Amino acid sequence: MILHDLISLELLRVIWWGLMGFLLIAFAATDGFDMGTAALLPFVAKTDLERRVVINTVGPVWEGNQVWFILGGALIFAAWPALYAISFSMFYFAMFLVLAALILRPVAFKYRSKREDPRWRARWDWALFIGGAAPALLFGVAVGNVLLGVPFHLTPDLMAVPDVGALMRFVGLLHPFALLCGLVSLAMLVMHGAGWIVLKTEGAVQARARRFGERAALIAVAGYLLAGLWMWLGVTGYHYAVPPPHDAPSNPLLYPVVRAGSWLHAYAERPWIWIAPVLGVLGALISWAALRAGRELLPMVGSKLSIFGVISSVGLVMFPVILPSSTDPKSSLTVWNASGSHLSLFVMLVAACIFLPLIILYTAWVYRVLWGKVTPEAVADPKTHSY
Amino acid sequence: MEFGIVELSRLQFAATALFHFLFVPLTIGLSVIIAIMETVYVMTDRPIWRQMTKFWGSLFGINFALGVATGITMEFQFGMNWAYYSHYVGDIFGAPLAMEGMMAFFMEATFVGLWFFGWERLSARAHLIVAWLVAIATNFSALWILIANGWMQYPVGAEFNPLTMRMELVSFAEVMFNPVAQAKFVHTASAGYVVASVFVLGVSCWYLLKDRHVELARRSIAVASAFGLASALSVVVLGDESGYDAGQNQKMKMAAIEAMWKTEPAPASFTLFGLPDREARETHYAIHIPYVMGLIGTRSLDKEIPGFDELEKDSEARIRNGLVAYDLLTKIQDSKAGEADPARIAAFHQHSADLGYALLLKRYVEDPRQASEAQILQAANDTIPTVWPVFWAFRIMVGLGMAFILTMAFFFWRASFRQMDFPRWSLWLGVVIIPAPWIAAEMGWIVAEYGRQPWTVAGVLPTALSVSQLGFGEVALTLAGFCLFYATLFVIEIRLMAKYIRKGPQDDLALTEAWMAEHRAHLSASAPTGRM
Ligand code: HDD
Ligand code: HEM
Ligand code: HEM
Repeated sequence: MILHDLISLELLRVIWWGLMGFLLIAFAATDGFDMGTAALLPFVAKTDLERRVVINTVGPVWEGNQVWFILGGALIFAAWPALYAISFSMFYFAMFLVLAALILRPVAFKYRSKREDPRWRARWDWALFIGGAAPALLFGVAVGNVLLGVPFHLTPDLMAVPDVGALMRFVGLLHPFALLCGLVSLAMLVMHGAGWIVLKTEGAVQARARRFGERAALIAVAGYLLAGLWMWLGVTGYHYAVPPPHDAPSNPLLYPVVRAGSWLHAYAERPWIWIAPVLGVLGALISWAALRAGRELLPMVGSKLSIFGVISSVGLVMFPVILPSSTDPKSSLTVWNASGSHLSLFVMLVAACIFLPLIILYTAWVYRVLWGKVTPEAVADPKTHSY
Repeated sequence: MEFGIVELSRLQFAATALFHFLFVPLTIGLSVIIAIMETVYVMTDRPIWRQMTKFWGSLFGINFALGVATGITMEFQFGMNWAYYSHYVGDIFGAPLAMEGMMAFFMEATFVGLWFFGWERLSARAHLIVAWLVAIATNFSALWILIANGWMQYPVGAEFNPLTMRMELVSFAEVMFNPVAQAKFVHTASAGYVVASVFVLGVSCWYLLKDRHVELARRSIAVASAFGLASALSVVVLGDESGYDAGQNQKMKMAAIEAMWKTEPAPASFTLFGLPDREARETHYAIHIPYVMGLIGTRSLDKEIPGFDELEKDSEARIRNGLVAYDLLTKIQDSKAGEADPARIAAFHQHSADLGYALLLKRYVEDPRQASEAQILQAANDTIPTVWPVFWAFRIMVGLGMAFILTMAFFFWRASFRQMDFPRWSLWLGVVIIPAPWIAAEMGWIVAEYGRQPWTVAGVLPTALSVSQLGFGEVALTLAGFCLFYATLFVIEIRLMAKYIRKGPQDDLALTEAWMAEHRAHLSASAPTGRM
């Protein structure tokens, strides 16, 4: 095929870097509120009926939302095979915990209300809580560790070998900076989930969600600013010493990355990227103010904005690095050395241009059909289908 | 064989994939059966069909949850446990997985929620369309994942790139229209239809035995036996297609299916029974049926099917050729970027098709070029898979396949031409046979995957090289975790299924009863054959 030469490899790489960011944001903005809602479940809903109301706000949509996560994995596999291979194997045990939590979720949603026994239901409520809170936390921890660098090196055959033992590979993830990132991520998604509950419920549940949401928004802002300060003072960044050709073969060993200076130099080099952290903070403050003011739709608009800002700020600050190696910086993966082949990126871009708009279209339609409050009366009515 | 990280990772993959595939085929088949029932409902407007749709739908939901839950593991396991594999072939293999996500999972997951929650919010027609969208999406999902899997069995449309040390896509169309993947899809989708038909049939038989929900059970049998007969025929006829493809492209697998130690003069016979012995290279107590294997494997009576003796020689030659490629590859690696000599790269590509065979030696020596004669012969011997699991799994699958045709044909005949009069023994048969199609499907995967060993990607990448560089304890821990976790979920799911089957249809019961009373006369006039 000659067609793929229409778009240069360099441009394709940048587009796919952007698409990767888009998928992460779409995942956090959609499945993020499912996770936040589940994490809030035991706290905002006290009686069984209240809990069913909260569960049924996400009941029809969490499944579709979760596919953003699955698709994120698959598209990274196709477009950034080395990233897929190295990140998931190096974060092995943490990934296992994420999977375990995510496996709990579908089962808990479907099975919880299938029996009357209150102990049965209480157990699934906690399963839902873990299925929401644990991934929200762990994703943030993972991002923190990516910023710190991951201990691995590549052999000449490009096989990734970890430089620390199995135990340290997991315990080492729990660096205080990474934990702070985890907290930001959890708070951000709880704020987002609270916004969703406020939108979809009424009365006592809604009032409790407001209170939790306000606190989460403030914690998210404070944690984010603190993490920024920490990055300035105590986290070393990764850069190319000599800019590499942008269409070089995807082989990290050809042009070395070095570990030096701060990630935050990016703000000096490309001042326009300030917009990302500003949106991150502003969005959370809007959400906070809107929750206080008793608004229903605006809190979610704010938290979406915040998610967009926070996630893009990480990507923009790191560009072009994607996954740095702390023990052997020249093995680091970047936009210029870790992508799929020219043809593969092109074919997948064509497919993404066809299918992503379609997906967004029919997802929007489904949300429209399901628009409106979830009421206790509707949930209790045996004629309608509810969890 | 010592038990190391490779064996452990294989065990984990096999356990999670086989577990995933307990739920997958029922989803594939039941989604279609439900859509058919709902179509009848919308066309006839008879509440009994709505009740049937909803009842089977509730069982579908219980199954679907675990299909999704276990599928998530599958999606990320390649990166977690098979990192070198993911790097080496991700450029090709990742694409169908991504297509599956964009084309199938999204549609399926978005509309399945609407299907369950949308009964009151959508018109009957719109709801029916949603049902079909779910059914189509599950089948698309099977198509794409089997294109990925088919590529591992028969890797077309790709080439090794010495500068990036991995396989790269050359033609997406070739990957998509891979004949092995097409055959696999038809066979596996039909297998899913058989699983669901037998399930619906068996549960309905149980209701008839208990004299409960008779109207629902009879109509369900009518649908399941018709759909099931067609699918059972298709699985066998198209299983044969699978066999044909295996014969063409995976001669080792074919030889293992038949325990073909030596090349037989055409037409090859089929060994009905026997105890294959890989060490002695013979099958003890073999009972042969002449001609049959030649027909399955080559579609002819005059082409011979090569045996292990010949295939092993072939592997040896390819290992030696692969070593030439490997030598050139190290020289290319040593040159600096951008300075790789084009002539050398061209020379490499002349031998690169056999590079994977040289990599087989990595199990024994760091640098394959240093391998001794004995090691080369050992590696050639390694290309023969362990025979008995493949041999037996195949026979169980085929035997059950025949049994499904007979069972479905019987029920179809009684349902259509004998006024739905089912003898009690046949109802018991229907109940007892419920687990059988699952066994057949799992056996099928063992044939396909175990028969592919020692390769993850046939002829390209050895399994031993594909794994992540993890610790033994790490993988053992997650394997134990998955087993424990899955076992618990499995028990819960089976209990819920049983509970909901015992409970029987709930929705619209009063409505249906009233309607039935009103139309009793009309119904008994036309009923037994279950006019829809
Ligand atoms: C897209 C790729 C793919 C797909 C669709 C499947 N498999 Fe597979 N299978 C692999 C890719 C793979 C693999 C990654 O390549 C493994 C791991 C180790 C190996 O050699 O192949 C494997 C191994 C493997 C084994 C163990 C063989 C051995 O290690 O000796 C079994 C029993 C199965 N699989 C069964 C299944 C089942 C039940 C599947 C249905 C869901 C399935 N496979 C789908
Ligand atoms: C080994 C490779 C496989 C991977 C990586 C994989 C991945 C997945 C994932 C991530 C899901 C959840 C999707 C969702 O949320 O809707 C899923 C479900 C599903 N998969 Fe797999 N799968 C594999 C093998 C297969 C095979 C071989 C088939 C079919 C022949 C299949 C058919 C399905 C279907 C129909 C579903 C829908 C859910 C259900 O089964 O209940 N998968 N798979
Ligand atoms: C006479 C009957 C049958 C024949 C000749 C047959 C043949 C085959 C062959 C040769 C394979 C391996 C394909 C490969 O590795 O390339 C296979 C795989 C498989 N079979 Fe069968 N089969 C039969 C019946 C059945 C039945 C009844 C089921 C299930 C209900 C089933 C389910 C499967 C599955 C799930 C696979 C793995 C997917 C695949 O490789 O296509 N088969 N079959």
